[in-house]
Amino acid sequence: MTTAPPPAAAPGAADAPAAGATSSELLAVVASRALAGRRTVFAGIGLPTLAASLAHLTVAPGLEIVYESGVCGAHPAQLPETIADAVLITGAEAVLPMATLFGAVLQGGHIDVGFLGAAQIDRWGNLNSSVIGEWERPQVRLPGAGGAMEVMANAREIFVVMRRHTPRSFTAELDFCTSPGPDRALADGIRPLGSGVTRVVTDLGLLERAGAGEELRLTAVHPGVTVDQVREATGWELAVADEVAVIEPPSAAELRLLREDVDPGRVYLR
Amino acid sequence: MRDVEDAPVARRFRFVRAEELPAVERSVAPPDKTLSMRDAVAAFVHDGDTVCLEGFTHLIPTAAGHEIIRQRRRDLTVVRMTADIVVDQMLAGGCVKRLVSSFVGNSSAGSLGELRRRIERADPEPLEFEEYSHHGMVCRYQAGAQRLPFLPLRSYAGSDLPGVNPALRKVTSPYPGPDGEPEQIYVVPPVNPDVTFIHAQRADRLGNTQIWGLTGVQAEAVYAAKRAVVVVEEIVDDEVIRADPNRTVVPAHAVDAVVHCPRGAHPSFAQGYYDRDNAFYRSWSHISKDAERLRAWLDEWVYGTRDHAEYAAKLADHFRDHLAVGEALSGQVDYGRRL
Repeated sequence: MTTAPPPAAAPGAADAPAAGATSSELLAVVASRALAGRRTVFAGIGLPTLAASLAHLTVAPGLEIVYESGVCGAHPAQLPETIADAVLITGAEAVLPMATLFGAVLQGGHIDVGFLGAAQIDRWGNLNSSVIGEWERPQVRLPGAGGAMEVMANAREIFVVMRRHTPRSFTAELDFCTSPGPDRALADGIRPLGSGVTRVVTDLGLLERAGAGEELRLTAVHPGVTVDQVREATGWELAVADEVAVIEPPSAAELRLLREDVDPGRVYLR
Repeated sequence: MRDVEDAPVARRFRFVRAEELPAVERSVAPPDKTLSMRDAVAAFVHDGDTVCLEGFTHLIPTAAGHEIIRQRRRDLTVVRMTADIVVDQMLAGGCVKRLVSSFVGNSSAGSLGELRRRIERADPEPLEFEEYSHHGMVCRYQAGAQRLPFLPLRSYAGSDLPGVNPALRKVTSPYPGPDGEPEQIYVVPPVNPDVTFIHAQRADRLGNTQIWGLTGVQAEAVYAAKRAVVVVEEIVDDEVIRADPNRTVVPAHAVDAVVHCPRGAHPSFAQGYYDRDNAFYRSWSHISKDAERLRAWLDEWVYGTRDHAEYAAKLADHFRDHLAVGEALSGQVDYGRRL
């Protein structure tokens, strides 16, 4: 199969020492560790795919990766560039129509962890991927719901990966709630299947919450990051765990797998 | 094959080409539905129509969208789950008044410049936007295909979307919930487009359409529509289809026209035929960011080409050098036959 040349290839990057992990590598490694013991993960392209692929090689060898396009149990020969990349289909365990994927796989409760991204997140783990500003005449029109709302409502738990922890993205009030967590759903009279966001991995640390009625709490920071730094980067008064752990940096083995096996062309390891 | 009661049994159950039949039977023979893209768009797309283009990242009916632009259709309502490059182009072509969609982005590659100008600044004119989630759109097609008044789904609870889209309604289930109490649930209305276009790998002349790889929501989108046009990489003999009937995603009875249009899904892909043009997806964010540049692109690639064959010919080297795919054959199954 012919593949497009990998963009932005970094010659010699694979030989870089383990100590020099990039921000993307850090996020992918931390997210991959969180997948230990999970069986099915609903992943988007980019960091979630890197994290799931790395987990498959490390902490969750039996992990089944499900894509929104309908692919279940993908075994791609190359790193996919989209959730519908042809390399995901060739050799996959199953390719389902969308009605089955959304109706039976997601709504039927078959997904352990769903990865979601967002432009904004609030303290309850509600997500905005629709607009910055007013919906009618937004400052920035973002892509919208896609299947994120369905993943949020139906996956057992949600992991969010945010490249930049800033007060604008970690906001007290969303400009628009695209994908509501269980607290908002319950207030609307409907009990969702899942717990909503349980982990948020950022460039500063890790936030966690157990489920409905709980807000996100800072539980760990990356080496060299202080709790005050995270507080300042968060747009609400951040709850902090009694003991904040320091995240173990990526090991040489994790980085080698990520760089040599998962994303050798450095498509996503920016 | 309908109403051929007097034909010999063997003929009734075997496809016979119209020209092989005696004149009296020719009128009831299954029709050859092949049309050129130009004729299909001229016949099935009218100003003010609701036009659905489906294909979830795979087999996007781009060539159909381009022909709609060439024929300068106006005031269309476009229904498409992932409003992406082809929708941005139709917006720039001035064809679209209203958009019904669940994702308005250039895949994971960036933005849609024209769509953002229309929504963010009403430039050059406002765009009516009816917004759903993916499953909401899937359910709308299903309700449309099944002629149901609505379908319920476990989405939208607590979301701000129902506040901006009054078509999203919450109802009380007529049955008790798991806890014995009344259960509330959101519903979506059916969608019944005037015409649906899909792209597929192959069909026969009757319209029996086979798709492999991602099959998306194509069958539901076709059955929901009043008319359906299938655009294909290849037109194949009836025997090819009937050798593998499980691969038929849309049967002939749901299809009004078959258009032969190789490479008509570019820049998306056709599994087993050509790969996705990821470089073009990335470049679209830059092209579409500048309204002048986008119009120049349309002038060169859409208005400046007579049909999709000319568009594809301009890309011949690119297809050969970057989008060609190798072989990965399916295994075979044995359908069996009675001895």
